[in-house]
Amino acid sequence: MRTILIIANLTLREAIRRKIVLAALILGTAFLLLYGLGFHFIRQEMLRADYGRLPSTTMQNQTFNFMLLAGMYVVNFLCIAIAALITADSLAGEIQSGIIQATVTKPIRRSEVVLGKWLGNATLLLFYLSLMGGGVMLVVWLISRLYAPNWAGGLALIYFNSLLIMTLTLACSSSLSTLATGGVVFGAFGLAFLGGWVERIGTFLENRTAIDLGIFSSLLMPSEALWNKAAALMTSPLASLMGITPFTSASEPSALMIVYAVIYLLVTLGIAIRVFTKRDL
Amino acid sequence: MDQKLAIETVDLRKVFGEKVAVSGLTLQVERGEVFGFLGPNGAGKTTSIKMMLGLVAPTSGNGWLLGRPITDRNARAKVGFLPEHFRFHEWLTAYEFLRLHGQLYGLENGHLKQRAEELLELVGLTPFRDSQLRTFSKGMLQRIGLAQALLNNPELVFLDEPTSGLDPVGRRLVRDIIRQLRSEGTTVFLNSHLLSEVEITCDRVAFIKHGEVVRVSQVSGLIDGSTTVTVRARGFTPEILSNLQQWGRDVRADGENIVLSVNDEAVLPEISRCLVQHGVDVYAIVPQRLSLEDLFIQVVGTDGGL
Repeated sequence: MRTILIIANLTLREAIRRKIVLAALILGTAFLLLYGLGFHFIRQEMLRADYGRLPSTTMQNQTFNFMLLAGMYVVNFLCIAIAALITADSLAGEIQSGIIQATVTKPIRRSEVVLGKWLGNATLLLFYLSLMGGGVMLVVWLISRLYAPNWAGGLALIYFNSLLIMTLTLACSSSLSTLATGGVVFGAFGLAFLGGWVERIGTFLENRTAIDLGIFSSLLMPSEALWNKAAALMTSPLASLMGITPFTSASEPSALMIVYAVIYLLVTLGIAIRVFTKRDL
Repeated sequence: MDQKLAIETVDLRKVFGEKVAVSGLTLQVERGEVFGFLGPNGAGKTTSIKMMLGLVAPTSGNGWLLGRPITDRNARAKVGFLPEHFRFHEWLTAYEFLRLHGQLYGLENGHLKQRAEELLELVGLTPFRDSQLRTFSKGMLQRIGLAQALLNNPELVFLDEPTSGLDPVGRRLVRDIIRQLRSEGTTVFLNSHLLSEVEITCDRVAFIKHGEVVRVSQVSGLIDGSTTVTVRARGFTPEILSNLQQWGRDVRADGENIVLSVNDEAVLPEISRCLVQHGVDVYAIVPQRLSLEDLFIQVVGTDGGL
């Protein structure tokens, strides 16, 4: 356990020292500013009396909920991107440069190196998600005094989603080069993304084959399904009746999907440890 | 397995796909000796070291470090390692770097702090204690890497090309540190291309070719025992040549020269007296010490083992 914490601490310090955290914060702040401004102007537009009458409070709230989901959608995407970016180089880079040689020849287990990196990156992601997710909710609250329904559950799922991508990246990084790792992970993410849309359109057109294809893709990579579940949680009950939107799913994934994703993560982490333990360095 | 040995390997073999990197390494290094590991490029030296340190899994064969199997991570608790082309987390400062590696050895904080300062002093980097490694020259990195390998007061140290990238001052520093380690009873396993370094620092050397040990020699024995003497002289007879055999081996005539191998240069005056007494005109007596380089070429061949 001690070694895991040492490596986790090293991973965190590296992200801070190499200004990765700073870059993520600057971009994140830029996004929040843009988001806040956009939200502000949309609200002003809605409140102008040009329409002859003000939209009803219900209508306003649905719009704000939609805006909140749009923000969370970006947060989800940023977390996934950051997860892949900070992890892709972690094992692959150290293996390629040879840094790893002085580390793993100490009297430690290689699994501790993998778990330490996992824990360090998981901590970073938690910090990043708290800021970004918290930022979006704060903007929405400041402008509209509205909360997202089930926000804690929604954010937890977005966090879990980023952990899933981070774990997959770590597993690839234990055997592939940094570049190949990036390729595989973004490929898998793209597949899930596309699969999600196929499923949505399939649901809309009531095409069973398209729906099955979508489900199949989310078994290969459950990230889109996790987002859909998070979005379903944070969508207001009325809006979810309205049906298809770019950010929410027509069919909410079942709880079984979450169980599947948890198993997926654990198995992937197991593979990462096994591959790294067995390989020649 | 012998507890008195620092390193023991029996038929360690590594095959990468079709390529045999190490065909069968059998080696015994005693505790307290400075052992040189020599061989041409591609002979499997680095792969051998990596197998001993658990970086590369052997295809077959066994090995022990300080009496523990190489597959046991605790075998490395009292082992230090300076990898070839040493790389590191360059955003760490020299002190943070030593602290990190000391923690990985499981050293307790108070002791680690003191040990890190001591080692910075030993390798002459105390003034750069708080500089990031990215600002270090190649030689400074080699020094901090060496300090890293000594953090745990190891009983066995692997140095893979420790002097590559060092200037003469740095090379002398490494030499002095190896001497100090030997005087403290630490076993040093040295892989170096610089034969002159090995000649000065090592007690014994192993020559490896195609991933096999082809010869193990005492360094002092090899040098004292193999002085070739060339005598330029006129008027010698086969009887005189056979007479010379009391002082040396492989006596032969080579045109105007007599060539023989002696064990000790102290016999040269006697050879000279004998020749003069027998009426031979002596123009020159030239002892040529067989250097490690000559032996290397002799053992490994000029093809470089390819």
